[in-house]
Amino acid sequence: MSALKIKKGASKHSAYNLRPQFSDVQETHTLALIVDNEPGVLARVIGLFSGRGYNIDSLTVAEVDHTGHTSRITIVTTGTPQVIVQIKAQLGRIVPVHEVHDLTVEGPNVQRELALLKVEGTGDKRVEALRLADIFRANAVDSTLDSFVFQITGTPEKVDAFADLMRPLGLSDMARTGVAALSRGT
Amino acid sequence: MTRQMTGAKMVVQALKDQGVDVVFGYPGGAVLPIYDEIFQQEGIRHVLVRHEQGAVHAAEGYARSTGRPGVVLVTSGPGATNAVTGLTDALMDSIPLVVLTGQVPTFMIGTDAFQEADTVGITRPCTKHNWLVSDTKNLADTMHQAFHVATSGRPGPVLVDIPKDVQFASGDYVTPSKARTHHYQPQVKGDIEGITDLVAAIEKARRPIFYTGGGVINSGPEASRLLRELVAATGIPVTSTLMGLGAYPASGSNWLGMLGMHGLYEANMAMHDCDLMINIGARFDDRITGRLDAFSPGSTKAHIDIDPSSINKVIKTDIPIVGDIGNVLKDVLEVWKARGGKTNREAIAKWWTKIEDWRRVDCLKFKQAGPVIRPQYALSRLEALTKGHDRYICTEVGQHQMWAAQYMGFEDPNRWMTSGGLGTMGYGFPASIGVQMAHPDALVINVAGEASWLMNMQEMGTAVQYRLPVKQFILNNERLGMVRQWQELLHGERYSSSWSEALPDFVKLAEAFGAKGILCEDPADLDDAIMEMLDHDGPVIFDCLVEKHENCFPMIPSGEPHNKMLLGEASTKDAIKEGGAVLV
Repeated sequence: MSALKIKKGASKHSAYNLRPQFSDVQETHTLALIVDNEPGVLARVIGLFSGRGYNIDSLTVAEVDHTGHTSRITIVTTGTPQVIVQIKAQLGRIVPVHEVHDLTVEGPNVQRELALLKVEGTGDKRVEALRLADIFRANAVDSTLDSFVFQITGTPEKVDAFADLMRPLGLSDMARTGVAALSRGT
Repeated sequence: MTRQMTGAKMVVQALKDQGVDVVFGYPGGAVLPIYDEIFQQEGIRHVLVRHEQGAVHAAEGYARSTGRPGVVLVTSGPGATNAVTGLTDALMDSIPLVVLTGQVPTFMIGTDAFQEADTVGITRPCTKHNWLVSDTKNLADTMHQAFHVATSGRPGPVLVDIPKDVQFASGDYVTPSKARTHHYQPQVKGDIEGITDLVAAIEKARRPIFYTGGGVINSGPEASRLLRELVAATGIPVTSTLMGLGAYPASGSNWLGMLGMHGLYEANMAMHDCDLMINIGARFDDRITGRLDAFSPGSTKAHIDIDPSSINKVIKTDIPIVGDIGNVLKDVLEVWKARGGKTNREAIAKWWTKIEDWRRVDCLKFKQAGPVIRPQYALSRLEALTKGHDRYICTEVGQHQMWAAQYMGFEDPNRWMTSGGLGTMGYGFPASIGVQMAHPDALVINVAGEASWLMNMQEMGTAVQYRLPVKQFILNNERLGMVRQWQELLHGERYSSSWSEALPDFVKLAEAFGAKGILCEDPADLDDAIMEMLDHDGPVIFDCLVEKHENCFPMIPSGEPHNKMLLGEASTKDAIKEGGAVLV
């Protein structure tokens, strides 16, 4: 018998990963779940993603029906088409999950995120920050002589673009809510 | 009409209302009120196991052999953590269980109290669902929901964590019919379009095969009956996974034997060369598929499963049908008959000729020669001498498990209890106890390896206490046989820690527990020794000393496709290549 000689990185080529039947194009999908607002439901959803090695780009959750005690979880995830289908099927298996919607395939949708950005600076930089904030329709919700906190809402891309512009102007801190999304129309 | 009662009484009442007759468990501080109620009633028998893992496996054996959910009652902290292996095992093999755990009182949760563990947190990934009941008013409702979830859709284990103050407090009891009908109602009826596509594919197929799994068993006896009817009507060959053995009878004319890593040559070759694969309640497990990119390359694949997440998980399916097996098979038969009951008989006859060629390889042949018992011989004799009995077979995990699947024949569903998905050594003995509790007059045999068996040997105490005549048929090779086999094939014959240096004298061990022990080492004595085991009315440990270096064949080496099977020792050199070596 030959001794075990496994090349470095050989595990990358294990038979489990040989899935030529499935496309390996990565897609980003926005999923909306309606779940019972009960203890542990978020842990079940997050545990599913970590346990099965799926990605979470963004996740938001809040109770949306106070009488029915249901919450809406919005998840932005990335994966191959087969993985996305699998994620939806796995989510649908969780007992307190009532509905799983893939907003990305169900038609046009609106996505919004809120972010707070603290920008520190004086002089020209401070003026420039305020001017750009105006262009992006961001509001100053806190102000000192050498700092602003801007509030911006929009798509994740818009928030990213605004943050990129603020970085050289003294961006020191940022908080983002993650994406909330709804399908358009009725 | 509502009835006031304590939480502890509610638990027992709910179990009775759910038709539970046996509970497997182990008491402790946090479940004492429930144990007190069990003491004061008749109707539910409690089986005191010797370790909580044993309780869960026993409940699995009970569930698998009856089709009803198994029930477990254990205490908080270590009671709950010891149940985790069994829960994971039941989740992997889709076994319905309701596990009740005690918990420290609600006002002490989160304080690192004595015997406190975050039981719902720990068991969240290894249960189908779990609940922490924080108020007695929800307890009865939750109990009924637990039974509903465990048994609906794809079955699985659920856990209800009950703090001690909730057991003491009183509340209104809710009957099963008044319990909130949960929104959890999985789809059982298959989509008619998929069913029609499948029937059309069956009509055209030249080389079709049924690949059946544990889902047929889980669906109930009617599913097995319909499968037999469909096989007989179409003349299509049928193979099964480890979990599905018995759904189609081993004596049936269309039976190819088990498929997979240690499956039969004809079954695997037929899977590889088929043009229509009809997966019924199986999940394309890696033990079955082998190398994915070379798995049955030329076939159209249909997949019937109650769990939508099983479809397209690893193998792309052309005809997916989500639904309960019994339900779907009934519709398939109806549609097929309505369309004239057509198959391509000529092509299928040719297909059978090819299968007969593969059968002639006789991949399970062996020769019993010399003074040492070969394990294949031991199981062939056990099969021959027990065949006529009302028989249930359990196994542990390893070589003996594969040999049992190969050399023993299963004529009916629910007769074969084995740990398939998780591969839990120590499963079989407690499972046999659960089976015997459900079928007191049946012959229950646990085919074991000595290493697996020792993992839960403490359950001898349970078997003796409850006079359960379970037969522990141990193929003793003084090795961790499957580990040894892989070390031989893959690790240069360096047998690292796969040899048990200090085994007990199993006969004395049996006697120490008040049971009977039989030692057999001579092939000439084997039949008499087996008959002695069968004739004894009580638990028996049968220590069958077998060939120590026997390997389990046929074998698909990891990383290889179905048509690259190893049939015996001569073919093993360099069989596992670099890519396969990293697989398990």
